[in-house]
Amino acid sequence: MILNGRAFKYGDDINTDLIIPARYLNTSDPKELAKHCMEDEDPDFPKKVKEGDFIVAGKNFGCGSSREHAPISIKASGVSAVIAKSFARIFYRNAFNMGLLILECNEADEIKTGDELLVDTDKGEILNKTQGKTYKIMPVPEFMVELLKAGGLIEFMKKRSTNK
Amino acid sequence: MGMTITEKILADHAGKKEVVAGELIMAKVDLCLANDVTAPIAIKEFEKTGLNKVFDNERIALVPDHFTPNKDINSAEQAKLLRDFARKYNIKHYFEVGEMGVEHALLPEKGIVLPGDLVIGADSHTCTYGALGAFATGVGSSDIAACYMTGEAWFKVPESMKFVIKGKKRPFVYGKDIILYIIGRIGVDGALYRAMEFTGEAIKDLSMDSRFSITNMAIEAGGKNGIIPADEVTISYVKERATRDFKIYQSDKDAKYVFEMEIDLKDVEPQVAFPHLPENTRPVSMAGNVTIDQVVIGSCTNGRMEDMRVAAKILKGRKVAPYVRLIIIPATQQIYRDCIKEGLTEIFLDAGAAVSTPTCGPCLGGHMGILAKGERAIATTNRNFVGRMGHPESEVYLSNPAVAAASAVLGRIGSPEELGIKGE
Repeated sequence: MILNGRAFKYGDDINTDLIIPARYLNTSDPKELAKHCMEDEDPDFPKKVKEGDFIVAGKNFGCGSSREHAPISIKASGVSAVIAKSFARIFYRNAFNMGLLILECNEADEIKTGDELLVDTDKGEILNKTQGKTYKIMPVPEFMVELLKAGGLIEFMKKRSTNK
Repeated sequence: MGMTITEKILADHAGKKEVVAGELIMAKVDLCLANDVTAPIAIKEFEKTGLNKVFDNERIALVPDHFTPNKDINSAEQAKLLRDFARKYNIKHYFEVGEMGVEHALLPEKGIVLPGDLVIGADSHTCTYGALGAFATGVGSSDIAACYMTGEAWFKVPESMKFVIKGKKRPFVYGKDIILYIIGRIGVDGALYRAMEFTGEAIKDLSMDSRFSITNMAIEAGGKNGIIPADEVTISYVKERATRDFKIYQSDKDAKYVFEMEIDLKDVEPQVAFPHLPENTRPVSMAGNVTIDQVVIGSCTNGRMEDMRVAAKILKGRKVAPYVRLIIIPATQQIYRDCIKEGLTEIFLDAGAAVSTPTCGPCLGGHMGILAKGERAIATTNRNFVGRMGHPESEVYLSNPAVAAASAVLGRIGSPEELGIKGE
C-alpha cells in the first residue's frame, strides 16, 4: 500500500480525551466526532486536515479510555494512518478492529508538522519528501494484517464462525 | 516452566494446557460488559450482522452509568439503545437507573464477576476486577460486538510484571496511594501491554475496596490487566455474592516475570497526582499551596464503602471551605443506602456537600460537576488529563478520599493531619 499526505505532529502520551473529549461522546456518528477530533490539543486540526494526511506522534499514543470513538474520529477526519513511536494497547486493538492503519516508527520524532510523507507499507518505509530522509516502520503483525484484510474484527469473526 | 496467574487463566479459557507471553489466542469470555457510551457502537455493529441471537444472555452486562441519569437528549437516545437491546435479547444483567451503579463497583458487589473469570469490558477500567483474582481487561466496542456474536475475544498473552508490597501502612494510606506511588515510579506507559501482578505480605492487610483501587488504575500505567491472586479476604467477599461457581488460580513459584519491584509501605505517604498525567505524583506533604474550587469523592476508583467512611471521618463536625464545591457520589445504590444507614450522608450534608445518585458524571467531564476555565479540582478519580473534568484550561489533581475530604475543608490541597485528625 502506498500512502501520500502531510504530517500533523504531536508529542508523547496523546490520550483519548485529547483525541475526542468525553463531552462529545453522547453520539457515535463518525462525521460529528470528526468535527472535534484532536480539538483540545490542536483546535485547528479539524479545519486543516485533508483526506490522506497523517497524524504523527511520540510514545504511548491513544492512552486512557477504551472509547472506539477515538480511532473512529481520526478515520472519519480522512487521516490515512497514525504513525507513532508506540501505541497504548486498547487504542492499538481498536484501530485494527475497526480498520484504521497505525504504524510504529522509532524515528517518528524527526517528522515535523507540514512534512510531506510517502508511506510504503510493503517496503516498510516512510519517505519524508520534505526532509529527504527515509525511516523504517515496524512490520505489522500477521494477525493484524488478516484483520485489516477482512475489513475489521466483525467481518473476521463472521468468516471464522461460518468456517467452523 | 511455570505460569503466572494471568497465563493460567488465559490458557484455561483458550482450551490450552499452557500459553506463553507473546502468543496470540482466541479465548472464551465469562462476561462482557459495556456502558451507555460504548455499548451503542457495539449494538449497532451487532445489529448490522443480521444475527438474531446473542451468544449467551446471562454473560452480557449493560450498565448505563456514564451520562445517566440522562444528561441531555443525545445521552437519552444512547441509553435507550441499551434498554431496547436488553429487552429484545432478554439480557439478564441490565441495570436501570435506580438499580444502576458505577459499573466496576456494581458488578463485583452483585457477584457477577468472580475469581478466575475472563472478563472483557468496553471501558478501560475493566481491569478493576483483577482484584478478585480474575483476568479482566478493557477493549473497544467492536470487541464487544464480536463477543455478542461468538462469546470469544482475541488476546496477545501479556508478559507479567510483579509488584511485591511489604511493610505496614502509614496513617491515611490506602490502595489508591499504593497504585499512584507505583505509577509515579514506572510512568504512564511503564506497564504497556503487560500484566501487573500485585503480591507480597502487605496485601493481606488491604481491604477489597483498597485492592479494587489498585487494579483499577493498572491502565493508567498502560497495563493490559492488574491482578491480585485471591486470598481469604477475597473469598469471604465473594462467597456470599457469587451467582455461579468460580476457580482460584495462583502463580507458580517458577513463573516468568519481565520486571520485579518491591514497595515498602513505610516509604509511601498519601499521594497526589498533579496535572496532567497520573505519573506526576508527589507525597501530600510536598503539595505546596494549591487552592481548589471543587472536590469530587466517588468513581470506579474510590466510590466504595471504605471511601465513604474515610471521607465521613474527616468531614464529621467540619464544614467545606467557602466557595468550594464538594460533590460526593456513592458508587452504587447499596453504598448510597449504607451511607444513609450508617449516618454518613448526614455528616456529608452537615459539612455542606452535594450528595449524588451513582454516576461516572464528573470523572470524565460528562456532567454533575464540570469545571470552568481556570478552575482546579482535587478528585478521587483516576485521570487528570487536559480537559478531563471540563474546560481544557482547568486542572485535576488525584488523591485518596481522606486527602480529598481534608482539602475540601482546608480550601487547598492538604492532609487530614493538618486538621488535627490522627490516623489509625
